[in-house]
Amino acid sequence: MSAKAVKAPSLRERTSWGKAFRRDWHLYLLLLLPVLLVIIFNYAAYPGLRMVFMDYKPAKGYDGSKWVGWQTFQKVFADRDFTRALTNSMVFNLLDLLVAFPMPIVLALMLNELRFPRFKKVTQTILYLPHFLSWVIIGSVAYQLFKPNTGIINILMMKWGWIEQGIPFLTEKTHWATTYLLVGVWQGMGWGTIIYLAAITGISGELYEAAMIDGASRMQRIWHITLPGIRSTIVVLLIMNLGKIMGSNFERLDVFGNTQVREYQYQLAIYIYEKGLSNGKFSMATAVGLFQSLVGLLLVLLSDRFAKALGEDGLL
Amino acid sequence: MAKDKTRDIENSTVNDGSHAIRRFTVGDALIILILIILCLTCVLPFIHLAAKSISSNTAVMQRSVVLWPVGINFDAYSSIFQDGTLVRSFLYSVLVVAIFTVLGMITCTCAAYPLSKKRLKGRAFFTVVLMIPMYFNAGLIPSYLLYKDLGLLNNMWVLILPLIYSSYNMLIMKNYFQSTIPDTLEEAAFLDGANNFQILFRIVLPLSLPIIATLSLFYAVGRWNAYADNKYYITSEGLKMIQYKLYQLVASATEAQTATLSEAIEVKSTPEVLQAACIMFATLPIICIYPFLQKYFVKGVMIGAVKG
Repeated sequence: MSAKAVKAPSLRERTSWGKAFRRDWHLYLLLLLPVLLVIIFNYAAYPGLRMVFMDYKPAKGYDGSKWVGWQTFQKVFADRDFTRALTNSMVFNLLDLLVAFPMPIVLALMLNELRFPRFKKVTQTILYLPHFLSWVIIGSVAYQLFKPNTGIINILMMKWGWIEQGIPFLTEKTHWATTYLLVGVWQGMGWGTIIYLAAITGISGELYEAAMIDGASRMQRIWHITLPGIRSTIVVLLIMNLGKIMGSNFERLDVFGNTQVREYQYQLAIYIYEKGLSNGKFSMATAVGLFQSLVGLLLVLLSDRFAKALGEDGLL
Repeated sequence: MAKDKTRDIENSTVNDGSHAIRRFTVGDALIILILIILCLTCVLPFIHLAAKSISSNTAVMQRSVVLWPVGINFDAYSSIFQDGTLVRSFLYSVLVVAIFTVLGMITCTCAAYPLSKKRLKGRAFFTVVLMIPMYFNAGLIPSYLLYKDLGLLNNMWVLILPLIYSSYNMLIMKNYFQSTIPDTLEEAAFLDGANNFQILFRIVLPLSLPIIATLSLFYAVGRWNAYADNKYYITSEGLKMIQYKLYQLVASATEAQTATLSEAIEVKSTPEVLQAACIMFATLPIICIYPFLQKYFVKGVMIGAVKG
């Protein structure tokens, strides 16, 4: 019995590579597939980043193109389009955070106060739905609803006499910005509640009972028990979202894009796509992409540090 | 008064405390009202589009269709089926999603199972190798040129191979293996002479069906919904997935493109009705299966939230 037990691998033992491989070759064999895939499709693309120091010409390839040092970056930072895309990205991400972040919290608090389990379940199922729809579908539905002349929203508001003319929800930049942000809120509000509702279930029921005996009102219970109970979740999610401030969602922007709203819709993802694939300025587009991912990475690392410094779990 | 409250608590049926029985207040009514309004914003747009898609052209032109179809007919849908482009694209998308999901789950398991074993030598190294792609991406252009060199441009596989390994899904699966499958079970199997493969296929995977269902859905819905890579890497019409077709037809909102569809198939419907029908055609499958699958997604998010 004990002789057999020796064969069972123990956790702490330091083994040589040969021994480890003999014992676990099945596992290494399994790892081969994902490792090969990331090498072929992710790591193999990294050397291509050297084009940021080149004046890359598609016809000449990596070998034929000239090395230009930091010139590409100088060109990018002097490019008015880039400054506009960068500003738009950051402003819109901040606004997104401002309007979209609190919504799931409020919604989770409301759902938590609901006393009818079946109604609650149906509500949740319906509210999660937008999360599963693609941006194309959301965008096409939005166009159908919001068009100035034929969209149902404008038709109804005109019928009821609220407005004289159709509102250009998606074709005038300020209206567009509002619609774009609110659609974002709508898309994420239900799904975002899941994590908060889970955190709320972790709060001890005794706290609520004690508060009720002491005559605490609903708002007092929310303010003094529920919110402090989910504070750490809120902090972690907030920091995580701050780390994404440089990101930009190509599909969401692309679907809602049109020439009238370009001034605001022109954000980093659009810049990279248009400069790169449409206009063939490969080096510039790549430099912007690299800038975006490096700053994004830095922000994620910083926010992780920050969360840990606050005594929260962190993300990495 | 105090007596009332004690009785309330004693009568409480739900014991998580937050739902202790109370009187129905104005606050309750307000919450229910707000939630109903929010739910309506999720449901009404689709009812409106569905109504529009089966209404008569004149009713739509007269702007009299709100939530109920006027002059019911299915001309728009029969045009879609006669033309066949969207239907073909739909079937092609189902094929791509199916291949993608199966390969994705295989890859995910191949990565997650070994990395869930603490005894694996080199585990930290492999974990780093497999996690870096999640944090750092080479970007659009280098990837584009790489796929070009690999001969993947304008090829169905460009929609599949680069994405079947996902660090995020791998983490979820690894967490699941580590938290739900006890080490002792595996040790017992080892003592009985089972090897790693036998343990994986006979013990670990059968115990992991919930997470397999969840992650398969993540893969399938993710692939079904994404269209940007169609736009970047695919040029021939026959290889575009349905979301991109829909994008071309509707979201780009250029009347010209809808017009070409109209001319090609001699539609009797106005662009408005036709667009509504196209949107419904691409959305209905998701709306129909979604209520049954929703709970698996929630489960996945909960497991994903546990840090690895």
